[in-house]
Amino acid sequence: MNLAERSFITKLCQSCGKDPHRLMDIIIGVQGAYARVSGDAMNLIAAELGLPRVDVESAVSFYQFLSKEQKGHVRIRLCDDIIDRMYGFDRILKAFSEELGIGLNQTTPDGKFTFETTACIGMCDQAPAALMNNVVVTNLNSDSVHDLVESLRKNLNPEQLVKKTGNGNNSHPLVRAMVQNNIRRRGPVIFQDFTPGEALRKGLAMSPMEVIRSVKTARLRGRGGAGFPTGMKWEFTRAAAGDRKFIMCNADEGEPGTFKDRVILTEKPNLIFEGMTLAGYAIGAGEGILYLRGEYTYLLDFLNETLKERRASGLLGKSILGKDGFDFDIRIQLGAGAYICGEETALISSCEGLRGDPKNRPPFPAQKGYLGYPTVVNNVETFCCVSRIIEHGAGWFAEHGTKGSSGTKLLSVSGDCRMPGVYEVPFGISIHELLEMVGADDTYAVQIGGPSGQLIGRADFQRTICFDDLATGGAVMIFDEDRDVLEIVQAFMDFFVHESCGYCTPCRVGNVLLKKKLEEIRAGKGEPSDLEYLKSLGETIKATSRCGLGQTSPNPILTSMAHFPDAYLKLLHEDKQGYQPTFDLDEAVATAARIAGHGRVHHED
Amino acid sequence: MSNTITFSIDGKEIECKAGRTILDAAEENGIYIPRLCHRKGVSPHGSCRVCTVIANGKPMAACTTPVTPGMVVENDAEEVTAMRKAIIEMLFVEGNHFCMFCEKSGNCELQALAYRFGIAAPRYPYLFPHREIDFGHPDVFIDHNRCILCARCIRTSREIDGKEVLGFVERGPRKKVAANAEHGLRETEIAVGDEAMAACPVGALMPKHVGYQVPIGKREFDHEPIGSDIEKEAKASTK
Ligand SMILES: Cc1cc2nc3c(=O)[nH]c(=O)nc-3n(C[C@H](O)[C@H](O)[C@H](O)COP(=O)(O)O)c2cc1C
Ligand code: SF4
Ligand code: FES
Ligand code: FES
Repeated sequence: MNLAERSFITKLCQSCGKDPHRLMDIIIGVQGAYARVSGDAMNLIAAELGLPRVDVESAVSFYQFLSKEQKGHVRIRLCDDIIDRMYGFDRILKAFSEELGIGLNQTTPDGKFTFETTACIGMCDQAPAALMNNVVVTNLNSDSVHDLVESLRKNLNPEQLVKKTGNGNNSHPLVRAMVQNNIRRRGPVIFQDFTPGEALRKGLAMSPMEVIRSVKTARLRGRGGAGFPTGMKWEFTRAAAGDRKFIMCNADEGEPGTFKDRVILTEKPNLIFEGMTLAGYAIGAGEGILYLRGEYTYLLDFLNETLKERRASGLLGKSILGKDGFDFDIRIQLGAGAYICGEETALISSCEGLRGDPKNRPPFPAQKGYLGYPTVVNNVETFCCVSRIIEHGAGWFAEHGTKGSSGTKLLSVSGDCRMPGVYEVPFGISIHELLEMVGADDTYAVQIGGPSGQLIGRADFQRTICFDDLATGGAVMIFDEDRDVLEIVQAFMDFFVHESCGYCTPCRVGNVLLKKKLEEIRAGKGEPSDLEYLKSLGETIKATSRCGLGQTSPNPILTSMAHFPDAYLKLLHEDKQGYQPTFDLDEAVATAARIAGHGRVHHED
Repeated sequence: MSNTITFSIDGKEIECKAGRTILDAAEENGIYIPRLCHRKGVSPHGSCRVCTVIANGKPMAACTTPVTPGMVVENDAEEVTAMRKAIIEMLFVEGNHFCMFCEKSGNCELQALAYRFGIAAPRYPYLFPHREIDFGHPDVFIDHNRCILCARCIRTSREIDGKEVLGFVERGPRKKVAANAEHGLRETEIAVGDEAMAACPVGALMPKHVGYQVPIGKREFDHEPIGSDIEKEAKASTK
């Protein structure tokens, strides 16, 4: 490590007050500047922050975007999820490989490029997509890959790749992204005009308890997926003892196929921040943190600017809107590539500068959250709903949607349809109606709620989207008849194995076993008893896993087995001679044969 | 007394102090709940999930879940046993456990649990991962092939020995224990007399030079299944 790097790191640590809880900011900063966090850098950071070195290494090695080994100047990360796989992922991968002259997870000898894949980056409506450092490139094809690499070779500056910016704030000078919003349907709650301060002014005229009561009367339930009643969560947190309290906004949006928070962050940041501020007022919190997934780093400057404007207008900071004693401010915490950090206790761990392991519950965040203080964690969209509830009234809000699921829901629609994008629909809409709305004529299967949700077929298309029937954090992926159900399931299991934090046995090991069995079945080595094997293993993982990841990760297999049994049955066959089809004699003795100097072992078929 | 609460395990009414975990409360009453990552005296971890019970109808880790008044716990139930067996089998196939020539054999809690549950061979395919052995320290070594990621060494070292010699790195199936140094254990302050050395339930973190010294027949689990000590104490006290 040279002197410049040493002084860069020391200054960075100082600017974070040498606070070990700011470790994420520090390692993300070092990675950004040097394309790695070397062993020496870890030692220095550990010494500056007073942490064991292994704790720094623990965090660096946990997050996908951080690395101990040297990466290239430009890190190309091709989005790998089922939607990208449907729209030319293999071709694009090959094109990049050829243009760059390297394979996956390699760096060019000149140190200029590293080529990798990454889990869903929230661009399924403009797939195939990739990240070039923090710059998003969308709608890739083999020709554009050639041009991109050509242009990067000249200046190694991904920002120059953005020739034409997208609509709305994607063209804001602080965003400058080629991303499109694709807002296909504006409902009454999220995508209407909003004047910053409008809701807050009304809220501050009420007592904190009245604010909570409004949220309860509106029957608001969390939009992140689980649907917990927001008012109740706030009440618990308000009642909990603590010198400090925190409001956290979950903008990790890692569930493959979900991208609605991206569009809210781009177009309605004031609605989010205002909801967070109202929450702070309601529960008596002075500090808010918005956890922004690393994939959305391109929005960071814009969001910070919005916060600055709010401070300047008296909507954040001391004595907000002149209200004595109400001080509240918000900072943004960047993530670094880990789906698990969307789980609320893992999100808190990450904000605390730890690896993104979920925490044991109880205690719940409402009792002991960030740094041990009572903490509210809500989804981006939930906070937006709060702003509107206070702006227009609880009664107005509850008129939309159904009794058990009031309001509207943003859906991120992708896959086989003419108009992928974001739709704001009232709760209670049926799958049929939705498919018609998005231009999907020949739909065979729909994945509701992303991989952790369920895969349903035509028999279920009359069912409705709401908390009591088909619940979703927002993802709706559409598949036509010519898609291979097991390929979809495989992509999802690959994802869960990749994203498990590895803390608990059933999730860490069980998902690998599910994935392996699925691969065998797809390779034609399945036998009828495999169905029972998958079911029982899947149920065990769901029942015994420690957090929501493992408690839902077998869903792709379990729900596809229930709704598309033929996809499995047609691949399973009983071996007539009673052999185990999965047993491969050659493979089993390969190592022994190699050591003994034999070639292939021959046996009769 | 306001700070004792009553609950039940397998239909048996039990009293315990408020704030106790299900596992501790059971143990105080002579009921053994199988466990691997849990170790007395250090903070609970909740990672192995072998202690899974059904509490008020929901599967929960007994080592991290506090008892609540009137809680109904199922421990000795077919469904619970099936889940525990599955988890133990997962641990066996995840690593490379060759008990027949392992120096921990007979004193290994993973092996002892397999015996207690009557597991002869796991139903899952072995994953045979390639894992390393850190043999650089003069007195101790880590054989990652046998590590079950219970964090008992990490917690014991930090909480009892007051040292920072180990931690976890990587995530998911690649997660592993790592030394608090660039080049392995030899650069740390670990010592063979550390409590952390005694904390490893399997043959992963081991002292050098003393393998196979206890003859078969005198090893910890040679005569009675793991957990018998807890169950026996109960029988003795009720007599
Ligand atoms: C593996 C996993 C990933 C999650 N990812 C997100 C996410 O990206 N965004 C989100 O709002 N909630 C996510 N959640 C749900 C959160 O844990 C939490 O329930 C939610 O943020 C609460 O906010 P809400 O009540 O407003 O929905 C995730 C949960 C799990 C188990
Ligand atoms: S289920 Fe377990 S291993 Fe999986 S992410 Fe949650 S805590 Fe980690
Ligand atoms: S002993 Fe409870 S999870 Fe390991
Ligand atoms: S016998 Fe269990 S690890 Fe060796």
